[in-house]
Amino acid sequence: MNSATVRNLLVRGMLAGLAAGVLALVVAYLLGEPNVDKAIGFEESHSHEHEMEVVSRSLQSTAGLATGVLVYGVAFGGIAALAYCFALGRVGRFSPRATALLLSGCALLAVYVVPFLKYPANPPSVGDPDTIGKRTTLYFLMMVLSVLLAIAATLLGKRLAPGLGTWWATVVAVAAFAVVIGLAYAFLPVVNEVPEHFPATLLWRFRLSALAIQAVLWGGFGLLFGELAERQLNPKPAGAASGRAVPAAH
Amino acid sequence: MAQHVAQPTATTPVVPAKLPLKAIAPWAVFFGILMLILLYFVGAEQGATSVFSGTDVHEWVHDARHLLGFPCH
Repeated sequence: MNSATVRNLLVRGMLAGLAAGVLALVVAYLLGEPNVDKAIGFEESHSHEHEMEVVSRSLQSTAGLATGVLVYGVAFGGIAALAYCFALGRVGRFSPRATALLLSGCALLAVYVVPFLKYPANPPSVGDPDTIGKRTTLYFLMMVLSVLLAIAATLLGKRLAPGLGTWWATVVAVAAFAVVIGLAYAFLPVVNEVPEHFPATLLWRFRLSALAIQAVLWGGFGLLFGELAERQLNPKPAGAASGRAVPAAH
Repeated sequence: MAQHVAQPTATTPVVPAKLPLKAIAPWAVFFGILMLILLYFVGAEQGATSVFSGTDVHEWVHDARHLLGFPCH
């Protein structure tokens, strides 16, 4: 029975991730794509060699973008749903819906915002192709570190809660997370491969739009998945009561 | 008449029941790995490392990779 609950939550998480992915895709297309196009324009005006197009720009900015964003939404929706199964009833006095939004907010921070502050998203033409291996390793390292530290901070907070009370246990856990992340920021290598004369406003707008995509994705996921989880775990008392009150009606 | 257990109202905070770790583990391992493989193909395939040769996967998810914050090229 519990295994069925996990399965149902997982399916709902992936569906909510897909739906949130659609919302994020709209934001990515409307806010993100104009910046990608401008950055590609900069790239072309500053290099004399013309690369052969494997996939046309019109496909990259529509079907290609949709594939990437939706798969990302489904995958993180599934992972978040599994994390939710662990968190449910273990993180504090939160309803299923509130637990979902809390988890989603923490995931936005741990999976995206914390790595982004060290290694932000870059538009085309920013980044040296020769260092792609190093940059990919550092980015995933930062993401894994941030997620593991967020989990560790949660466990620390739970352990301190009986002695310090929930409020101060949370403050201490968040502070510990911030200190260790700060050390990681300080000691991990700096990546700065912005070409000379690349417009600063374009870089800023591209990064803001990248942040907006994630905020919509995780915000949308938290609300949608929370609603689905609430309905699954706490069926409406009114509906359940009327169902039981007249068992011989049919 | 059968006695009904009092239903929680919307205003009472109820701590949801914990799901046993043994029930979560098999789903978490199998689907966790599957989801990570999906993320790998969106985020890193034919960039830093390649399972398939060529650049088709990279070029197809090119814009998503930039806008989702992955290092692209």
